[in-house]
Amino acid sequence: MTGWLAYNTAIVLAGTMLLGASCGLVGCFAVLRRRALLGDALAHAALPGVGVAFLLANERSMPVLLLGALVSGLLGVVIVAVLRFATRTKDDAAIGAVLGVASALGFVLIRVIQDRTTTGSKAGLASYILGKTAGMIAQDVYLMAAVSAGCLAIVWFFYKEFKAIAFDPGFAKVQGWPVLALDFLLTGLIAVAVVVGLPAVGGLLITALLIIPAVSARFWTDSLGRMLMLSTLLGGAIGACGTALSAQFSFSPAGPVIVLVGTAAFTGSMLLAPRRGLIARGLDEARFRRRLARQKLLRMLYELDEAAGGGPRPFELADVGVTIARIDAMARDGLATPVGAGRYLLTASGREQGARAARASRLWHLFLSEHADLAPSYADLDAERIDTILPDEMIRELESRLLADGSWPVELPPPAMEACR
Amino acid sequence: MNALAHLIAGHELPFWTITIGVVANIPTAMLGCYLVLRRMSLMGDAISHAVLPGIVLGFLWSHSLAGWGIFVGAVVMGLITAMLTQTINTYARVPEDSSMGVVFTSLFALGVFLITNLARNFDLDPGCVLYGLIEAAPLDTVSWLGVEVPRALGPMFAALVATCVFVAVFWKELKISSFDPALATAMGYRATAMHYALMAMVAVVTVASFEAVGSIIVIAMLVVPAATAHLLTDRFGRMMLLAVGVSIVSTVMGYWSAAALDTTVAGMMGVAAGVQLAAAVIFSPRYGLVGKAANSLALSMRIVGEDIVAMLYRAEELAGQSRRGLPEKLSLRHCVRAVGGGLTARLAVPYLWRRGAIALAGGELTLTDRGRRLAQSLVRSHRLWEAFLTEHFQLPLDHVHAPAERIEHFIGPQLQESLAEDLRAPSVDPHGRDIPPTT
Repeated sequence: MTGWLAYNTAIVLAGTMLLGASCGLVGCFAVLRRRALLGDALAHAALPGVGVAFLLANERSMPVLLLGALVSGLLGVVIVAVLRFATRTKDDAAIGAVLGVASALGFVLIRVIQDRTTTGSKAGLASYILGKTAGMIAQDVYLMAAVSAGCLAIVWFFYKEFKAIAFDPGFAKVQGWPVLALDFLLTGLIAVAVVVGLPAVGGLLITALLIIPAVSARFWTDSLGRMLMLSTLLGGAIGACGTALSAQFSFSPAGPVIVLVGTAAFTGSMLLAPRRGLIARGLDEARFRRRLARQKLLRMLYELDEAAGGGPRPFELADVGVTIARIDAMARDGLATPVGAGRYLLTASGREQGARAARASRLWHLFLSEHADLAPSYADLDAERIDTILPDEMIRELESRLLADGSWPVELPPPAMEACR
Repeated sequence: MNALAHLIAGHELPFWTITIGVVANIPTAMLGCYLVLRRMSLMGDAISHAVLPGIVLGFLWSHSLAGWGIFVGAVVMGLITAMLTQTINTYARVPEDSSMGVVFTSLFALGVFLITNLARNFDLDPGCVLYGLIEAAPLDTVSWLGVEVPRALGPMFAALVATCVFVAVFWKELKISSFDPALATAMGYRATAMHYALMAMVAVVTVASFEAVGSIIVIAMLVVPAATAHLLTDRFGRMMLLAVGVSIVSTVMGYWSAAALDTTVAGMMGVAAGVQLAAAVIFSPRYGLVGKAANSLALSMRIVGEDIVAMLYRAEELAGQSRRGLPEKLSLRHCVRAVGGGLTARLAVPYLWRRGAIALAGGELTLTDRGRRLAQSLVRSHRLWEAFLTEHFQLPLDHVHAPAERIEHFIGPQLQESLAEDLRAPSVDPHGRDIPPTT
């Protein structure tokens, strides 16, 4: 029990976990509303507030400093909004300008304070830049717990409204909800979460805690509720792991370590998440390509037979340019059978699939040449899925045309005749 | 050179500090213009944060802050930032701002981690890299053509020259791809190549100037001078010159105010740039808050003033027709209330009086000849428009006044003439009132 769960370590662990969780929760909305970097401007803009609050209060009392940070952070957001809406400055330049000037002002103030004060309290201010978890005391953790609970309560209460403004602000407006006020509330939540995290992670890096859990959670789910839950848990885990690592290996400051743990979580999610992850998507794509290639091959073989007339004829691998591995895979799936050295024959099911592919491809060709004006509305042109993409009447019309000009694959039963005109 | 040495004798510290600041900030401001116009300021922010691990690794490799190591490291990191942001955005479908946020905070965290944990045995402290140590830079000098020149000036000067050459050689390409990337691509310019070349240059100047202004305040020097210049002009060449001017002023102001307040020079440079941006936001003639408010006030005053003279004109007209002899004069209070009251209406009266359009006697307003001509033209526009709406859109009579009341202020002599021609020079409007002749 020594070292690891000593009282101080437990305090710091609890604090960073709560911090990670509340940032993870509100960060989801920042990410979904494409406000991720506004959080960065807010965090940088909070720095001068810390200095001013210290100069005014003349002591390092955490609630006072955080109040100063909150006020100046929100002021920074207001300045971004003014630059954006009242001048020709675009939002990126507005965020960049506020961020740059505010950090400059913050450094100036903190330097002034460090040079002036002779008490030991001055060292605490630098931690607002890069973060320092070691100085955390029980009161700080209570504050973080209160903030986390408050964030959770507000998000719970306004879940429906926040959901609407995150995905479709226009809809929220039409519903008659006060979009602007809700937006302010959301920005306020983000500001509170950021400011509370300042002393531990620092103004330069707290954005990471806002963005990383949320985008990582996004890889695993498509539902907002689950994303919020996942992001909160992930944020807490990142905060706790980062602190533990930094304590164990005495890395200081802890901020960068926490962020790097987050980076690892993000990279893992990006690679490994099912469906949305890079590996899953790469495999999906490879599978899709393979399927398309096989359809194309079956169609080609079927059409060779069709052109020659009569029943199925064996083909030479070399003639059709197919690798042994591919034909083996097809043989395993019962689409082709070997009939001698390097010679293969399509099975009945292979011929049927080829005929189907030929039908779909001819339907598409006909559709694209006859209805080129409609084609852009069916942008997802996948030759095989024509029946699920085009409306039934269109399919029947195209089928009757194929039948009429003799290009209907004879393998297949003729199309339902009652639809033919 | 002896003349220079003589000139700066006794003022070495301020002279070299300001020189270093100017040389560091000019290329930053120049490239910032492209970033601001391309709406990529935050990519500049991201790169200026993300070069940190490059600096540290380069430093660990070459053991020198002046060597090529940190340049190579930083350019590589800058390009990695731009590419990773793009890749995560495209392949993992993370929104661009979030993807940028993840990439640069991660790299920055890595840089801070390396500085504070691995590099603590070396002569590289986080404060120097993050906030810059321009104060100390002039103390470390090399002899160059007989003058003691700060060592840090070398790479910065190289970056300045490189930026000037880059901008001069690719002036046309950079300009067209900043304003209209699609057109640039259609014309056969390699927009992607330009993009990455620009990102590499941003990384170069960020590294060159981090010793002077620190890797955090670089972002202020990248974005703020360009944003300030963007508020002051519409011409790109002028914008770049202005941005350079702002960065020079920021350096000088930053140095002196830091000396006065006894604080960090780099920080004060950022603050000085911010002060100039604030001034431009408020006072820019065309795009500033005051300028825009003044323009909109001037427009409201013109419209309200024109409404007043048109009303006086109609009163005169009625008085001429009526047997009961309506008054030609209207009281000031009545006039102001009739055009909607409020501040603009009250200001419009002295405005008209100064322009010699109205005379004020005993609290009552009358038109002067000049005002009458102005009013006559307005009333002509108004009634021609009413006739036009009736003729071409078959609007009922009670629907034509309101639109005419709005548009009369914006119909010039030429449009008046075309309207009259189109309507075959009518003499009365749809309400049967005379359309006054041209003035």
